[in-house]
Amino acid sequence: MTVTFPQKGLPWLLLLPQLLVTAIFFLWPAEQALEQAFYQEDAFGLSREFIGLENFAALFTDPLYYQSMLTTLVFSFSVAIVGMSLALLLAVMADRVIRGKLAYQTLLIWPYAVAPALAGVLWWILFDPSMGPIALWLKSAGVDWNHYLNGNQAMILVVIASTWKQISYNFLFFLAGLQAVPRSLIEAAAIDGASPFKRFWTIVFPLLSPTTFFLLVVNLVYAFFETFGVIDATTKGGPGQSTTTLVYKVFNDGFVGLDLGGSAAQSVVLMAIVGLMTVIQFRFIERKVQYS
Amino acid sequence: MHNLKLASVVVGLSIASSGFAATEIEWWHAMGGANGEKVNEIAKAFNDSQDAYEVKPVYKGNYTETMTSAIAAFRAKQQPAIVQVFEVGTASMMAAKGAIYPVYKLMKDSGQAFDESAYLSAVTGYYSNSDGQMLSMPFNSSTPVLYYNKDLFKKAGISQAPKTWQDVESVSNKLLASGVTCGFTTAWQSWIQLENLSARHNVPFASLDNGFGGLKTELKFNGPLQVAHVQKMGEWQKSGIFSYSGRTNDGAAKFYSQECAMFTESSAGYAGIKRNAKFDFGVAELPYWEGKVKQPSNTIIGGASLWVLQGHSKEEYKGVASFLSYLSKASVQADWHQFSGYLPITKAAYDLTKEQGFYKANPGTETGVIQMTTGTPTANTKGLRLGNFVQIRGVIDEALESVWSGDVDAQTALNTAVERGNAQLRKFEKAND
Repeated sequence: MTVTFPQKGLPWLLLLPQLLVTAIFFLWPAEQALEQAFYQEDAFGLSREFIGLENFAALFTDPLYYQSMLTTLVFSFSVAIVGMSLALLLAVMADRVIRGKLAYQTLLIWPYAVAPALAGVLWWILFDPSMGPIALWLKSAGVDWNHYLNGNQAMILVVIASTWKQISYNFLFFLAGLQAVPRSLIEAAAIDGASPFKRFWTIVFPLLSPTTFFLLVVNLVYAFFETFGVIDATTKGGPGQSTTTLVYKVFNDGFVGLDLGGSAAQSVVLMAIVGLMTVIQFRFIERKVQYS
Repeated sequence: MHNLKLASVVVGLSIASSGFAATEIEWWHAMGGANGEKVNEIAKAFNDSQDAYEVKPVYKGNYTETMTSAIAAFRAKQQPAIVQVFEVGTASMMAAKGAIYPVYKLMKDSGQAFDESAYLSAVTGYYSNSDGQMLSMPFNSSTPVLYYNKDLFKKAGISQAPKTWQDVESVSNKLLASGVTCGFTTAWQSWIQLENLSARHNVPFASLDNGFGGLKTELKFNGPLQVAHVQKMGEWQKSGIFSYSGRTNDGAAKFYSQECAMFTESSAGYAGIKRNAKFDFGVAELPYWEGKVKQPSNTIIGGASLWVLQGHSKEEYKGVASFLSYLSKASVQADWHQFSGYLPITKAAYDLTKEQGFYKANPGTETGVIQMTTGTPTANTKGLRLGNFVQIRGVIDEALESVWSGDVDAQTALNTAVERGNAQLRKFEKAND
């Protein structure tokens, strides 16, 4: 069904608010960051010097920057995969609940309303090596939990803290996706004697693939861009550089360290990486997606 | 008709109020909680004491947020007259010559009586230029001290607080033998275990008088003293004498829970410790290495100072100057010092606090002041003036963590940190030259 407008002006007028928001809050800052990346400037903006590609050169000659890229990849894929699998599991179970459905679903959606920094603090308290309940329990189970010193444990902590919030979001979409799966298909398969497991893998999961693909893109973008609050509240990028992701570095160098040029160059690189990743996803993974 | 009446009343009111309106002075600060309420109280007392000016304190979040928002405001020409900036931001503020109004100059221009010798030089030195002129007004300064658990000491049969790091080692061994899980932990590792370690032993942290001599300064904290100390702490981390507890002051939890018997932390942490410690505790001076220095030097300060920003009217600056004079009054200072645990900034405030018997009633609160004021500050103990210091501290945190976890030895870690830190200094030099 196509809607046609009598004159050309009206659709543009209706689009205008959204276009304005995009231009003011996305395109303009992006352009500013791109420009800033070629300058060296003191914090107060009293002097500004064009330095060409020097900010980028400094980044790409720093071995720690590559390490941070690797950290980011490990972090982002862990967040996306863990978050999506848990959410799918919960959604499948919630889909079967008949009594108290609303309460159950509401409880699962709640964490999404918690601010990232707050979520960080929450997990930080639970895992505090000397007083956190989870850390103490781990210790009694024989795991020496100390994320202040152990880089892998610190990574696990930030992945948990970042994933927890995202599960709610993923859950909502998976649940909606599940409810859109025609009952008749499942019933037919059941009559043919397919086990619940087989029904899920051969019918439901493929039909969920548009949702799964959408969530993969959204989750990766979330992990790449929106997790600095959680990292700042839990590990501050440490120990060493083991949880310093690219976006945390942008935040830390720019807003804490006030190195605007260097930070802008990093965000341009980050934009390029995410752009590239999205193109790859749409070109190669989307082909496997069955839209209907 | 009705609207017209209302409008005329409003206009009338606004004319009337502007007739009496005091000049408003905005003061952005980073003091949350009880200290934030105290800041409001101080401003109110000043406002009530005269009617020409009205100081409006605005809480802007933590130190970094306050500084970043003041800078953003400056770029948008909306800056406050006064902003509180933490000590690591000092070099950035100083280098921004077009943005700041040096306090000594402000006082002179507005005709306020201003005697720089009335201030404690160990405090003001951090914020003065090479001619000894004060660029900003110290507000909340603190210095690291050693807190120790008297109950655990007694149980282990120790009667005296450790004076030297050698003592810390032997005392810790006794504590461990008595069943305590950890000897000591530290807050703010770069500030206490490297910056103040260097000052305490009168050893440079950076060249050109710790950066006071200019932007060409280079880091020097990979010398034998610092390497030996960090190496030792790495060993202590393994043996349980030391337990690392993060980059900020989260280690307090280990001290409160009696997991660690000692805690090196800011003197301003006193109030928090007093509130949370369910045991008898004592305050001792920051330890030093016996044999590495004859008489330990004064430690350096942390905390924040008040900077005056350019771009306001002469009238406002007059108000700022009179407010800064008010802040320096012995009674105001002594009250702030006793309430918050920050150091007094003038000798008069220190004497007044002594007279009032505060130190006798609150044993341990004087330790930091005594430690700060022993001897005359040298080029190595006046403070640090390093550009991009926030990033440099990050680099140091990473290096120390790699030693605590046993990944690298102290010499390698500190060499890398110096090299990476110097790159930050060169970057700052280039941007501000």
